[in-house]
Amino acid sequence: MNEFMEAKVALEWHDLKPAYDVVIVGGGGHGLSTAYHLATRHGITKVAVLERSYIGGGNSGRNTTVIRANYGIPEAVRFYQRSVDLFERLEEETGRWMMHATKGILWLIHTEAGIRQERARAAVNRAFGAETDFVTPEEIKRIVPEIDLDAGGGPYPVLGGSYHVKGATARHDRVNWALAEGAMKHGVHIHQRTEATGLQRSAGRVVGVETDRGPVSAGVVVSAVGGHVTRLASMAGVRLPIRTHPLQAFVTNHYARSFHPIVASTDLLFYASQTARGEMLLGAEIDRQPSYSYRSGFEFLSSCAHRAMTLLPFLADLRILRQWTGVCDMSPDYSPIMGYTGVDGFLVTTGWGTWGFKAIPVGGEQMAELIATGSVPDLIAPFALDRFARDRTMADRGSAGTH
Amino acid sequence: MSIRFTCPHCGIRPLEEWVYGEAYSVPDSILDPDERDVDRAYMHNNTEGPVREAWFHLYGCRRWVYMTRDTRIDRML
Repeated sequence: MNEFMEAKVALEWHDLKPAYDVVIVGGGGHGLSTAYHLATRHGITKVAVLERSYIGGGNSGRNTTVIRANYGIPEAVRFYQRSVDLFERLEEETGRWMMHATKGILWLIHTEAGIRQERARAAVNRAFGAETDFVTPEEIKRIVPEIDLDAGGGPYPVLGGSYHVKGATARHDRVNWALAEGAMKHGVHIHQRTEATGLQRSAGRVVGVETDRGPVSAGVVVSAVGGHVTRLASMAGVRLPIRTHPLQAFVTNHYARSFHPIVASTDLLFYASQTARGEMLLGAEIDRQPSYSYRSGFEFLSSCAHRAMTLLPFLADLRILRQWTGVCDMSPDYSPIMGYTGVDGFLVTTGWGTWGFKAIPVGGEQMAELIATGSVPDLIAPFALDRFARDRTMADRGSAGTH
Repeated sequence: MSIRFTCPHCGIRPLEEWVYGEAYSVPDSILDPDERDVDRAYMHNNTEGPVREAWFHLYGCRRWVYMTRDTRIDRML
C-alpha cells in the first residue's frame, strides 16, 4: 500500500512481538479476512498477519474481482452463496465503500451438451440457495444487446446460457484494505515486508514461525499463502496437491457505453466485464505449464481477444491498455483446501486457484470459526485436505470458468 | 514472450506446438505403500526453480522430450 492510501485508511503499524496466539502467514484477502473475523467475531486479538511484500500485493490485487455462487456441486454452491451474502453486507459492516456492484453473470453455452450442463447448474443452484436461471438466446440478447448470437457464423453459436442474478464485482484493493483496517482496529498486528522463512516445530507440533525479522512463537500457525504454499507446507512436513499456474488478464481502454453484466463462455474460454472506469476487463484460461512467473505474453492476448471478439464484436474497436499476471494454486478437483493438515498447530487455507477473491469473506469467517472453536464448521468440512486420501474429491472443474 | 523450446529433432519451436507432460516424483521419505499411492495420484512437488519434466511435441515430431525448465522465470535451461 502506498503512502497516499495509508493516509486514507486508518492502518496502525506495530513492532513484531515475540509471541502471538495466532500467526497468519500471508497478508492477502484470505489472511486478512481470517484475522478480521477472529478479532470481530471471536474476540481473538493476539493475532499477527505476516506479509512478505505489501498487503493485497499478490493475487488479492491481481484477480478479476468476480463474486458469484453459480457452482456445480451442492457443497460449493452453499459455500460461495454464503460469501455472496457476506460481500453484500461487508461495506455496511466495515464502513468502507468497496465499489460493490451486483451485475448478474451470463454463462453462455454453444453445444447441446452445454444446454444440459447449464440446466443442471441452474437446478443445483436453485436447490441450494443461489439464484440462477436457464435463459434462451432471445433473453440473452435482451440482457446483452451487443452480443452476436451467431458468433460470427463460426462453430460456436449461442444456444442458451445460465443467468446468475447475484453475480457481482467489487474493487479488490478496497476489500483488502477495509479488512486490514477492521482487523487492526480490534488489535490485530499486520506486519508488511516480513517474510516467513521457516516453521518452528516441537514434538511434531508447529509452534512458531521463523521470519527475516526474527522468530515468532504462535499457538496456531495458519498458512494463507498464495503461490508459495507448497514450500511453506513442506517445512511442516505437509504434502499438498497443489500446482501453481500463472493466470493472465487484460483491460482495454474505456468503452463509452454501459456494459452491465459479466459475460462468460466455457467453450470459447473467456470472460468479460466492465470496470468502474469503463474499461473492458478480459480473462481466460491459466497457462498450461506450472510456474511462478509473473510474465505476460502476447499469445494469450491475441488468442483471448480473438475468442472474445467472436461473441462481442464491439471489442474490436477497443485497444488493450495493460495486461498482468497472477499465480494460482490449482487443486486437482478445482475446489479449495481448508482446515487441518494432520500436523498439530498448522492449518491451511489454500487451493484458491482462480476462485479465491469471491470467497474472501466466507473463507476468513469459516477459518476463524475453526481456529476459535477447534471444530470444523459444516460449510468447510467437505474441503478438508484429507479428502484426497479418503477419495472424496469435490470435483467442480466446469464451474471454474478458467480452464 | 514465449518459451523457446529446443527440440532435439525439430530445432527451436514455439510453446503452442507442445503439450505439457508433467513431472512426478514421490519423496523417498514416504514409505507406506498406500501413502505413496495417494501421493502419486494427487500430490505435487510444485518446485520453485529448475525442474526436469516431459513435454510432448504434438504438432512436430510427436515424440516425448525431457527438458529442464526454471519455474521461477518460466524459461527452458
